[in-house]
Amino acid sequence: MSKVVSLEEALKFVKDGTTVMIPGFMGVGTPETLVDGLVDKKVKDLFLICTDTARPNVGIGKLIASGQIKKLYASHIGTNPETGKMMNAGLIDVTLIPQGTLAERIRAGGAGLGGFLTPTGVGTVVEEGKQKMALDGKEYLLELPLRADVALLRGSKVDKKGNVWYNAATRNFNTHMATAADVVIVEARELLEVGEIDPNNVMTPGIFVDYIVKGE
Amino acid sequence: MDIRERIAKRVAKDLEDGDIVNLGIGMPTLVANYITEGIEVILQSENGFVRMGPAPEEGKEDPDIVNAGGVPVTVLEGAAYFDSATSFGIIRGGHVDATVLGALQVDQEGNLANWMIPGKLVPGMGGAMDLVVGAKKVILAMEHTAKGKPKILRSCTLPLTAKKEVDLIVTEMGVFEITPGGMYLREIASDTTVEKIKEVTEAEFIVDDNLITMED
Repeated sequence: MSKVVSLEEALKFVKDGTTVMIPGFMGVGTPETLVDGLVDKKVKDLFLICTDTARPNVGIGKLIASGQIKKLYASHIGTNPETGKMMNAGLIDVTLIPQGTLAERIRAGGAGLGGFLTPTGVGTVVEEGKQKMALDGKEYLLELPLRADVALLRGSKVDKKGNVWYNAATRNFNTHMATAADVVIVEARELLEVGEIDPNNVMTPGIFVDYIVKGE
Repeated sequence: MDIRERIAKRVAKDLEDGDIVNLGIGMPTLVANYITEGIEVILQSENGFVRMGPAPEEGKEDPDIVNAGGVPVTVLEGAAYFDSATSFGIIRGGHVDATVLGALQVDQEGNLANWMIPGKLVPGMGGAMDLVVGAKKVILAMEHTAKGKPKILRSCTLPLTAKKEVDLIVTEMGVFEITPGGMYLREIASDTTVEKIKEVTEAEFIVDDNLITMED
């Protein structure tokens, strides 16, 4: 069965209320074609997990502006004033998570780990409601894994088996999110035949990828 | 010299040959312009690379390479890209020698508040909580006051970024070091006096017996 599908076929997995992970740092590494597809599809009440909400009308910022997000986990929303406004108006339920903790929670979610201990956030509001442990005289917070229904990724080069290579700083959360969702869809900036990516250079093995959509 | 440049220049003097350094957004970014000639400081960008270079020439921006503020940058020879969990492993794992950040408030115990003002400004912590906990040395590059009001306090009133992690505070008026024995004024700018610093500093500090004059 071919993994290469149309945008419409791929996005049928995203329905009202779906939990979606989208990578990207200020839009770099975000699958723009898939995001535009979600905006056009008008699915609502999404629970979005991402590191930042970019700028208005860039990457994930478009999904904020369109009012499709009900719940948001992110490390930074300051570069998109819309997110803050909607949070203050009670339209989006925002939970802020330190960026390293967010990356590791997603990694844990895809790696079968029950959680991990981190010193980040000790003595701050981040520790509220979390189990705190002292090991060898140092305090840690127990952070739990994160998973999603669907992950929407962006590969710079993707072969037809779903093996992915990411260019420069676009890798960021892509490799972790690829492992932590029930359905994984990759937008291919460049779609290649199998064998055109050297196995040594594969950053996300194709076994994690369910569907491929050719990007713009 | 502009006070922001004065601060950046002084911070740069604390960086040593071979140091791996993460510079925050804003004034800390200026530090890169004053690194001592002949030494190599490796800049880490938490969105996923080391050996960050200067801004590209106009028209030569690569959309896949931005710094932690989302601004296009270049990478130097010997650079390496990685994913976000690796990036924050580098940060939390003690592989970053120094981080330079701004502050809303800092106190004499070394507590730092720089990520939110409840009810006013909630941008999120991004990578700051991980950086402040993980970097071997935490240097604050900050203006001494905010509209004339002290920012260096006895005890922070804003939500903390991290507890007792700050090592050095560089302002346009002087340089403070936080030690287990208290906060010391180590250097003073040529255009101020200890009395003037006391007027705009709420924290209690000890004046170093060998107080040095800061370079302009």
